[in-house]
Amino acid sequence: MGTLLILLVLTLFLAAILTGGYNKEFLLRARQTKVWDWLTTVDHKKIGIMYFLSGFFFLLIGGLEAIFMRLQLAVPNNDLFTGDIFNQLLTMHGTTMIFLAAMPMIFGLINVIMPLQIGARDVAFPFLNSLGFWLFFWGGILLNLSWFFGGAPNAGWTSYTSLALNSYSPGLGVDYYVLGLQITGIGSLMSGINFIATIINMRTPGMTFLRMPMFTWTSFVTSALLVFAMPPLTVALLLLMFDRVFGAAIFDHAMGGSSVIWQHLFWIFGHPEVYIVILPAFGIMSEIISTFSKKRLFGYTSMVFATVLIGFLGFMVWVHHMFTVGLGPMSNSIFAVATMAIAVPTGIKVFNWLFTMWGGEIHFKTPMLWAVGFVPTFVIGGMTGVMLSVPPADYQYQDSYFVVAHFHYVLVGGTAFALFAGAYYWWPKMFGKMLSEKLGKWHFWLFFIGFHMTFFPQHFLGLFGMPRRVFTYQANHGLELLNLISSIGVIGMTLGTIFFMVAVVQAARSKELAPADPWDGRTLEWSIPSPVPEYNFAQLPLVRGADAFWLEKQAGNKEMTPAEPLGSIHMPSGSYIPMLMSLGLFVAGYGFVVKSWIIGAIGIAFTFIMMYIRSFEQDFGYHIEPEEINGSAKAKEVKA
Amino acid sequence: MASHIHPTDRPTKPGHLEKATLEGKNKVMGFWLFLGAETVLFACLFGTYLALRNSTMGGPTTQELYDLKLVGLATFFLLTSSLTSVLAMNAMNRLNVRAMQFWLGVTVLLGLAFLILEIYEFVHYVHEGHTFTSSAFGSSFYALVGTHGAHVTFGICWIIGLMIQTARRGLTYEMAPKLFLSSLYWHFIDVVWVFIFTLVYLLGKVG
Repeated sequence: MGTLLILLVLTLFLAAILTGGYNKEFLLRARQTKVWDWLTTVDHKKIGIMYFLSGFFFLLIGGLEAIFMRLQLAVPNNDLFTGDIFNQLLTMHGTTMIFLAAMPMIFGLINVIMPLQIGARDVAFPFLNSLGFWLFFWGGILLNLSWFFGGAPNAGWTSYTSLALNSYSPGLGVDYYVLGLQITGIGSLMSGINFIATIINMRTPGMTFLRMPMFTWTSFVTSALLVFAMPPLTVALLLLMFDRVFGAAIFDHAMGGSSVIWQHLFWIFGHPEVYIVILPAFGIMSEIISTFSKKRLFGYTSMVFATVLIGFLGFMVWVHHMFTVGLGPMSNSIFAVATMAIAVPTGIKVFNWLFTMWGGEIHFKTPMLWAVGFVPTFVIGGMTGVMLSVPPADYQYQDSYFVVAHFHYVLVGGTAFALFAGAYYWWPKMFGKMLSEKLGKWHFWLFFIGFHMTFFPQHFLGLFGMPRRVFTYQANHGLELLNLISSIGVIGMTLGTIFFMVAVVQAARSKELAPADPWDGRTLEWSIPSPVPEYNFAQLPLVRGADAFWLEKQAGNKEMTPAEPLGSIHMPSGSYIPMLMSLGLFVAGYGFVVKSWIIGAIGIAFTFIMMYIRSFEQDFGYHIEPEEINGSAKAKEVKA
Repeated sequence: MASHIHPTDRPTKPGHLEKATLEGKNKVMGFWLFLGAETVLFACLFGTYLALRNSTMGGPTTQELYDLKLVGLATFFLLTSSLTSVLAMNAMNRLNVRAMQFWLGVTVLLGLAFLILEIYEFVHYVHEGHTFTSSAFGSSFYALVGTHGAHVTFGICWIIGLMIQTARRGLTYEMAPKLFLSSLYWHFIDVVWVFIFTLVYLLGKVG
């Protein structure tokens, strides 16, 4: 049934494209609409916004799944969501939050802000950027379609074998996991490559590496992690697909395979992954703390060094997720020491933030509230992390709620706080409107209190012996009260998020435009109008030091000194190919999930045809002439 | 910052044409990063194969299976194609389009010869009872060597596509980086094969 539906839609789509729509005029009108503009855009700001908003959409879905789980766990012996449904909820919650919420929202901010911070007009590969977004989007849709067609994945977000093999996880759930993540993963790899090439090749004159803002630095290191950490996931998912769909025996003990290989491959990806989502958070917090303390970031070079060191060590510690597998005392010890070593650069960062605030002129705007809330929250998460890094102790903590509390303190207290902080901080730059300070403060306090209420008790639940990923517990074991408190805390986080959405709607409806530099900012993105014109900088700015815009303001200048005369600006043309290329993979992925080789082959062939079309097409973009830039800020594009 | 060369211009002076434009520089940088990612990808497949290569589950072992003569011939074809690919890039940077097309053609033919030998090898193995689903050894072998073969296939299609484009458009500033990247990719495939020859075939015979 589902197969037929998909085939029908695809045929219609193809027919529409090949015949030029229902008629030529319709196509012409469609091309002039805003929807078409957004679907085909290669503008890094628009792609960033799409990343951020679709990431937020998935965050709401993942949050809903979390609410269901806490409802189930609020009282002992509850039977609201039991057994397999609960397993599906916890699997999809983790998978959605990491791959479809945290990463895309981070990519969104990097996409919008990083090119502005280095004074670039776009990323190095605008087409690839769009392709990365659409791969993420279709992969996410494929993963979530599992709820309606065949059941959601239920083997945990880590999808360990042998549990994830056909014999223990029959049905289509894990297949959706494998193929959905494979498609989004390719997109993430592309983004990583794109960001690195952008930062190395596209910096404006004077923007040396050690003058780059912290957010750009952390984006740089995160991108390097993406490039080297995504391939192990690709291989792991590929091999799992071979085992599940094509009858291979890589992970199957009965056929000589080894399930530990999955764990290695998954965590060689999985540990750098947590730094992929936390390093940009560090960058956002560094920007905000420095801006709202009216001080240069304390220990900038040590901050850069710490970031690079964390990125490097992040690849050396994956076995700490596998202490109880039984790899032996020697490898456990080495990986334990490497894990503890990461606390050093992280500690450097925490002290630098504190010293930046020390003696600063602190303004408690909403972004700064999040940043100040982040520091102690993240320190608690880091401290439990060091506790978990001790192998003998880990034998006690493993697979208990203590671990759940730990990683929610770093991922929510770190990444989610930073994403909200970044949203309030950069909203004027992204959308040209300010988010309400009043609602923002409500959001922060409700979310902050709700968060601690939910997750602080979970440390103790874990120490009292409550295992993670289990759908209920017995009464009279001392677990009822803490579980109830934990579930009540969810109300705070939910209300907080609702306040955020209200603030967003309010800002979208408001006619009041944001000023170019609402926070008295320090970096280049604040030196250009809000919202940013499509060419970003009419003239590329000349950078004379770290905190480039702040330096100019201190010297009495209102804007940056240009590094080039006013001239015609080259812009890339939009393209519908990235969306269709990803759609092809989506169809192929669906085909493999339902084991229909015809659909799979059609999808892959479609993607390859699109790649050939792309390779053979010649489109060199268009130019924006100086008159249009001077004429009005709303200089509209002209086709070349 | 950006050079004022139009992508459809034809270069008049020899040199490193692939980096003459900002687009070209970006592409070369991005592609090296991609090859870094590919290295990790193959490293993971190698690790999996090395862990599972003795799990033959009663099927033929590596010693019984591999025939170094056949593989040696395939290696000869592929490594020679790396040389012809260098000659093609050399011709490109000397602006000699005909020589470049000729050497690219030779590269494709050598790649095809390699691919035919590999397919023959796989068919032979299947007859011997060494299949994708017969054991963990079989699965990991075909996962590794098959992924490499898929890369060779993609490379052949890619180079043919670029040859057609060059024939239509001539050697322009747009084409030069594209051709250069395909050659980088081709070298990478060869380097991976060197490791496959050593770690799969040689080690399988003597290790």
